[in-house]
Parts: sequence; C-alpha cells; structure tokens
Amino acid sequence: MAEMKYIGKKTPRVDGYSLVTGQPVFADDVHLNDLLHIKILRSPYAHAKIVHIDVSEVLKMKGVVDVITHKDITPRYFTTAGQGYPEPSAYDTLILDSKVRYVGDRVAIVAAESVEIAEVALEKIVVKYEKLPSIFDIREAVDNPSILHKGEDKAGIADFNRNIAGHFDAEVGDVKKGFAESKQIFEKEYSLPYVQHCHIEPHVALTWIDENNRLVIRTATQVPFHVRRIISRILDFPMSRIRVIKPRVGGAFGGKQEILTEDVCAAVTLRTHRPSRLELTRAEEFHASRTRHPQIVKFKIGVNEDFTFNAIEMNILENSGAYGPHALTVMSVTASKSLGLYRSPNIRVNATAVYTNLPVAGAYRGYGAPQGFFPLESLVDEIANELGLDPVELRHINYVREGDDVPIAQILGEGREGFPVVIRSCGLHQCLEEGEKLIRWNDLRKGKKSGIFRRGVGVAIAAQGSGIAGIDMGSVFIKMNEDASFNLNLGATDIGTGSDTAMAQIAAEVLDVPVEKIIVYSSDTDLTPFDAGAYASSTTFISGGAVKKAAEEAKRQILERGKKLLKVDKAEIEDQYVVAADGKRISYQEVCTKTLYTEEQMQIMATASHTSFDSPPPYNATFADVTVDTETGFVTVNKIVSVTDIGQVINPQMAEGQVEGSIPQSLGYALSEFLVFDNKGSPLNLNFNDYHIYTAIDMPEIVTKFVHTHEPKGPFGAKAVAEIPINGPAPALANAIFNACGVRIRELPITPEKILNALPKD
Amino acid sequence: MTVSFTLNGKSTTVDVPLGRSLFDFLRGSGIFSVKFGSDKGEAGCDTVLINGRAFNASLVLMHSVAGKEVETLESLVEDGKLHPLQQSFLDAGAMQSGYTAPGMIMSIIALLRENPYPTEEDIRDALAGNLDRETGYVKPVQAVMDYLASRCIELVEMKNTNKNSC
Repeated sequence: MAEMKYIGKKTPRVDGYSLVTGQPVFADDVHLNDLLHIKILRSPYAHAKIVHIDVSEVLKMKGVVDVITHKDITPRYFTTAGQGYPEPSAYDTLILDSKVRYVGDRVAIVAAESVEIAEVALEKIVVKYEKLPSIFDIREAVDNPSILHKGEDKAGIADFNRNIAGHFDAEVGDVKKGFAESKQIFEKEYSLPYVQHCHIEPHVALTWIDENNRLVIRTATQVPFHVRRIISRILDFPMSRIRVIKPRVGGAFGGKQEILTEDVCAAVTLRTHRPSRLELTRAEEFHASRTRHPQIVKFKIGVNEDFTFNAIEMNILENSGAYGPHALTVMSVTASKSLGLYRSPNIRVNATAVYTNLPVAGAYRGYGAPQGFFPLESLVDEIANELGLDPVELRHINYVREGDDVPIAQILGEGREGFPVVIRSCGLHQCLEEGEKLIRWNDLRKGKKSGIFRRGVGVAIAAQGSGIAGIDMGSVFIKMNEDASFNLNLGATDIGTGSDTAMAQIAAEVLDVPVEKIIVYSSDTDLTPFDAGAYASSTTFISGGAVKKAAEEAKRQILERGKKLLKVDKAEIEDQYVVAADGKRISYQEVCTKTLYTEEQMQIMATASHTSFDSPPPYNATFADVTVDTETGFVTVNKIVSVTDIGQVINPQMAEGQVEGSIPQSLGYALSEFLVFDNKGSPLNLNFNDYHIYTAIDMPEIVTKFVHTHEPKGPFGAKAVAEIPINGPAPALANAIFNACGVRIRELPITPEKILNALPKD
Repeated sequence: MTVSFTLNGKSTTVDVPLGRSLFDFLRGSGIFSVKFGSDKGEAGCDTVLINGRAFNASLVLMHSVAGKEVETLESLVEDGKLHPLQQSFLDAGAMQSGYTAPGMIMSIIALLRENPYPTEEDIRDALAGNLDRETGYVKPVQAVMDYLASRCIELVEMKNTNKNSC
C-alpha cells in the first residue's frame, strides 16, 4: 500500500481552536429570548401510585407558566433508548406516568420564568402517593408478588408478570458433555455494582419554535436522528416539522444515547409556544439519568489436560432498574464479547434481565462488556493460579486466532440473531508480549510478597466490536468548492471523541488534500444525512466507511472532469492536480471553478452510505501494577499498561486519548465508584465528594501502546477504539491484588474493607 | 445591588439581584467558557480567577467580587492569538470534548502566577479540583509540561542572545 499522508498521522483537531478558546459551541451556550426554565418533580418513593395530584396553587404562582402531570399527556409507551428501529428495548416508559417506580422517577414538570421560581414551585405541588412494596434485591425480582410493569399496553417486555425485562439462552456444542469430558472444572460468581457515566456536561436540551413554525431541539445527544423519530411519535408531532441539532457534546459515554430531556422540553415548547431549557442537576445525573447495568455473573469453565478450554457456561442476572432501556442488548453484549474471546467447542449462556425499584440502567461505554470481562478474566486468572500456570500463558493457549469462527457471537447477535463472525485480524499475541515487557511482568509477579506493603501485577485481555453488524448505518454528503476545499456533511455524531477530525482525515487521504481543506459539519437532522448515532464504537468503522466511499466518488468526478478539460482519455491525480500522460495538468481549483461556472456546469458532489455485516473486534491486553497496604487494605495503583489492537490507527493522539480516558473510568469501577442506597431505595451519594471519580492526583502512571494489524473490513484497515480499553483495567487490578496479597475479591468495587476482611488475621 | 469590579481587564458596573452567583452572572453575560458541571462546584469546570487566584464561580456570590479583578478564559486570547498554554493544549491533544479545558487552563494559569516553575506534582495538585472524565489527565498534564519546556527553551535562547549581544 502507498504511504499514507494523513491516516495514522498526528493531526490537530478540526474543532480544536473553538474548544481551547471556550467558544459557545455546546448545547447550553446560547441565549434565547423569553426562555422558560424547566424543573422536574421527582418521586421520593421507590414504588407508589399517584392517587392524587393538585397543581392549582402552583399555577397561581407569579412566574410559573406551565405545569404538566400525567393527566395532561396522552400516554404513548416508548423506550428512552436511542437505538436502531424497531428498538430491541421494551416500550415500558411514559413521559409521565400515574405510577412511580424508583426514587427519582418523574412526577410532574414545571416551566417557569426562572430556575429559582421553578424550584420553589416544585415544593408546592401536592401529591398523595399510595406506597407499594418495593424490590431492591436483584435475586428477589423474578416472581416477586410486586410487579413493576403490569404491561397491558406495553410492548417488548419478556415476561412482565415475572418482572423479567429480557431473557435469552444459547448453546453451541454440548456443554453438559463438555464438562463431563473436562479434566478440571472451575466455577465462580461475581458481582458488579451501580456506577454512573459522570460526563461532566450534564444532559441539557433547549427547544423553540422557529420562524417557519417548526420545532427545533438543540440537545447534548449521541443520537439526533433517533431523538427526532422518538419525539415525533410520543408527542404526535410531524417529523417534517422537527429539526434536531447536535452541537459539540461535553462527554456522553452512552448516557446521552437516551431521551431524558428532549421529550420534556419539546412538550413544554409545544404547549406554551415558548423556548424552553432543561438541564439536569448533578444529583439527577447520578440517580435519575442512567447507570451501568449491575449484574451478577456466574462463570463455569471446564479445562482439558493440555489447558485448553473444553466448555464454558455463563449465567447472567442483570438489574435493569425500574425500566428496561438496553436491558436485553447490554447483556447480549456481556455474553457475546466475553464468550467470543476464547476458543471452546462447547459454550452455553443463560441471561435474565429483571426490573427492580432502583435507578434505571442504560448504555455505558463498553455496553455490558466490562460486566462480562471482570468475571471472565478474574476466573481465568484463578484457573491459572490453581493450575500453577503463568496467567499470560493460559491466555496464549486459549484466545481466538485469525481465521476462527465465533458461532456463539453469531447466535447472540445484539438483541436478535446476528451474522457470521469470522476473526480477520487479532493482535492479542503482540498485545500480551508488549505489555509483559512494559509492566516488567516476570520480575514483579514473582517478587517478594511479604511485609506490610505488598506489590503485585495482574493482567486481563478483552475484545469489543466495531459498530453493530447489520444494524448501524452511516451516511455522508460531500461537495467541492472552487478553492479545492470540500464540505463534508455527515450524520456521524462527534460527542467529544474527535470523530469529526478522523472523518476529515479519511476524506483528506482519499482526495489527496490537506485536512484543513475538509470542512466538517456533523449531525443536524435538517442538514446532514442519516446516521444511526455515536455508539457501539461505530463512528470510525461505519461512518468512516461512508466517508471513504463518498470521497472516492467525488475524486472520480474530479478526475473525469479533469480529463474532459484536458481533452485526454487517461490521467491521474497528483497533489491536487489532474495530470495527463504527456504532462499536461489542471489544478483542482480550475477543475472545480470551470465545472461550476463555464464547462458543462454541475456541482462535483457525492453521497454514500455504509453498513457492515461484520463488526471486527478490537483487542486489548491491560496490565496493572499495584501495592496493597495490608494494614489498611488500601490499594495504590502504580502503573497501568494498556496495549491495544485497533487495526490501522487513524489519529494516534486521539486514539491514545480514548485509552487514557477509559482507564480512570475502569479504575473507578474497580476501586472507588458505586451508588449507595438506604433501605428505602434512596440513593445516598449524589455528588462528586461522596461518589469518587479519579482526579489528577489519583492517577497512576499510564502507558498506552498500539500494535499493528490490518483489518480488511475497515476503512484503511481500521477498527474501533472507543470502548475496548475500558474492559481490562478492573479485572487486571483484581488479579494484581491477588498476586500482591493473595486476596481474591469477586465483587466490585474492591474497597479497603473488603481486602482487610479477606486478609488472614494474624 | 450594584457591583463594580474588573472583568477581563474592563471596569464593569452591574446591577444584580442579591444572591446572584458569579457563575450565573458570567454565563448570563455571554461568558460561555465557564461551564456547569456540578451543583456544588466540585467539577471545577467553572474555574475563574479572582485577583489572580482560582475559584469556582458557582460558589462565589456577586457582592463578594466588588472591587476585585475577575478573569476568565476569554481574557487569554490577544489579537486573535492563542495564549501559549492554549496552544500547548491544542498541540498535545489535551482535549476530547473540550468541555473541561477552560477550567483546567484557568487553574494552571493561577498556578503559574504563584509558581512559574511547577513540578508535575504541582501541576496535578493544581488540577485536582478539575474533574475530567475523558483524558485521564494524561495529555492535559503533558500539555503543561510541554508549555514549561518551551518556555525554558525560550528563556535559554533569550539568555544566549543577550550574551551574544554583550
């Protein structure tokens, strides 16, 4: 392949200047005249019927413009999950309901002239609740006499009478026989807590009626096209009169793949004909937006004489919380990603998602995969230690290889059966080799393990996907300007990932122009073509594929027009010129200018769409170096090494950034983050003082490396990077803690108390 | 209530309701680099300088800035030219969404005024109140180190030039 000019090269971000100078580019960075401020009254009870609600006093308050309760809104069930259509999530949610199902559920909406007035108004709403029995224990949900969703009108709930939001089981081979034949069987159960995305920009939306009597929704979202579709249906408002604008987004991680503000804002604007704004508070973000799905995962692995795996069985019990967005698909990813990592002729999985009266879980970076890899990679470590093997060696023996089929991943798909899965690129071998060196694996693993401070190392490997096979679609429009710049309008939703820059690099590489010549405009339902949205690590792989196709078509047109203008049959493109064999040449500028103004006038432009029936897994090996203080149980993370195979790296600096940002999220998952509830289901830690995310002074040394592979299905050989690096740190840490002090904790987060309680008492 | 203070170098007199926070005032005045991150300022993306020291604008009431000098990120760009620290952030790729960048940059500006030669530990301490969920603080810290290195080179060059001219 020819040397590439822009792919794989350090490229400054196309939006860098505006971000570093604090330009008003985020959803809330706008002043609207006559703006209404919205606040939501939320339930103090975990499960209750609203038997009476009186807003008459509130409506009399000066400055209160509108109050909405469940009586004011036509009930249309929907899912807040912004997924492909028809959504695999249950339609179990209303904008406002007469029943509340968790502490924080919506009760009423107030729109007022100021935030302060709206806040005071909330307190004056009179609500009488009839409390209902609550379910807080995930193990008690199925067949509990208290039923969350009596689902007469609801669709897509697996079994509402039994509180089951979603369920699947699947088998490849014969697992019973597989275990019977295995030399040794290992089985353990692991538990994963409630954690929250903590994107620093909260959910925020602004809506108004524009000069053409259309509804404009300016919102911090990952899924502008899904927002338009869902809002149109639930508010019964024509899609042709809705425009969704996605400005820059201040972090999302899956949290903004949900409709949490737009429905309320749009309802207020349509009722009052006034601009409205709703921004969630940090407390609301913690307990009334979305979280990662808590799960209890049981793994059983049968091992042969030669240490290969003969049978793997996985049981997932997932807590979806009070509603079911992503309930089925998250646990199908939990299963398919972890079960796709190792070869085994016999594999079985059984998964059940249940409703409880706790906060609602949703999409969160990794989308279920971290919940699968913590158990799997902990158990593989346990097996290696039991068998007296180097944990790296046991992995080398068992992970998938290039050319392997992964039939279980095909059966599981995502919400429905998927497509054949064949591994065409896999850099796990290099990832492990490189990581071992960088962490000093042998020295530290076998070092002294005594005294108060004990040092240890651990490893975990993982896989993810690149978009959702057969479901995700991205599309692009590109046009050429007289100065040889190009407008690239695309649905792909840059949520802070830098995808606008990566897309510009792909277009620049194809068209052979500098990246500055590509003017990117992304995600506006009026101005850009459709894209399924920024989730499932899809943008580089799926939307990037569309950019490549559209740019190639534009380039073909440039060449054709150039040949006509030069009056030759054959020519080539070289450095922004169309060059004939005899050396005659014409510049891009001249081709475009003549084509626009004088010669057989037309616009050089192209559109393209891209889908894929493959979702090539990126791979990662993460190594952790820790010191455990055996007197306090406190864990100091000294170093994390993350080595990743993402195929061809498009933008090294931004790819590193994805890894470096994933690691502290997973460190928090492993060591410090969890929502705490009292015995009535009320969350107790709703601010950054009580819920600890990693700060600049908590960070260990981070080493990020990429190994080189080429994915034949990806644009320029690329795979995805956004989610893969979040899977490894938590299990690598648990394994390092075991290596350091012999304590195995199977429930996250691994707090000092848990370690202290598990250490042998002198 | 009338409050007079200096905002990004300009004397400003405003009439604000009692209890108005500096954060609400700034955003209301179109100073959008100051961001909302948390109800009690813990996120730090509302960091501004008051008399040269870093504060969370959400936690400062307007009456308390009377007679003081308030600076926000908007003051850094001069004649369309980025402050070298902003340029370092850009070059080091220290931003993903960029939502938290203004607050981090202002915390570092405050640090540099107090301590022009900070260590990496000093930099991390200065950023401890700026929560970020995207960068792992790796590239922001790198950006500051790069900035310091380039300034050192500049100083050495200046010294050399002076020597030559002597």
